[in-house]
Amino acid sequence: MANSIKIRAKIKDNTTEVKCLITHPMETGLRKDSKTGQLIPAHFINEVMADVGGKSVMNAQWSGGISKNPYLSFSFTGAAKGDEVKITWADNQGGGDSETATIS
Amino acid sequence: MMMNIKRRVFLKGSLAAGTVGVAVGAGLLAPQAVIAAWNEKAFQAKSIDDALAAALGGSSSTASDAIKIKAPDIAENGAVVPVSVAAEMAGVESIVLLAEGNNAPLLATFTLGAGAAPDISTRIKMGKTSDVIAVVKAGGKLHSARKSVKVTIGGCGG
Repeated sequence: MANSIKIRAKIKDNTTEVKCLITHPMETGLRKDSKTGQLIPAHFINEVMADVGGKSVMNAQWSGGISKNPYLSFSFTGAAKGDEVKITWADNQGGGDSETATIS
Repeated sequence: MMMNIKRRVFLKGSLAAGTVGVAVGAGLLAPQAVIAAWNEKAFQAKSIDDALAAALGGSSSTASDAIKIKAPDIAENGAVVPVSVAAEMAGVESIVLLAEGNNAPLLATFTLGAGAAPDISTRIKMGKTSDVIAVVKAGGKLHSARKSVKVTIGGCGG
């Protein structure tokens, strides 16, 4: 599951804005397969963590109510140009990925 | 005989250790996930009060003008509704997003760390026309705001 995350991190006036896109089906477990009529098992990201320099800046818990291929943006202060932002996600089926981006 | 028993025990032990190792490797037991377990009770709650009580430890919140929810008035596709929440208050600890009309109303909780601004954007699914509710926990108190979004095609069923 490499490269499932795209991150843009830009600093402006001491505030860093991070935008990220994660590739994930985000199945709620309530949808039916149109061909077989079977329920599609729940498969969604339930945790997203953002670290800067080893410190957590944001920790999100999600349900299947977040859209497919989730988009997330948040901002924080206290970082400098060149610092690395690390985004990690984990889903309810044991999958996960992480990616780092340099603040520009 | 003794040897055999020990060997069994040893095998069992190493097998168990192996499974844990594999689980960690596969991200099943990401170290962070162990510390902050996913709040299953809150996310499966069917009512907003239950969800808030499980997620934030209280369901009574005061309406606040300082919380701004940016969402479309009419969402053509309920599967992708862009939502932004910004709170103009100090000491925000967490932001919780709910969709009143969904089966399980709690969508997401965001816990903010040091330096994080109370300003979050994401995209949510909405089953039907209802209010999007943002609850912000600041200084131990809950503040909330809501915005009605009209959904023309639901995004939760299929």
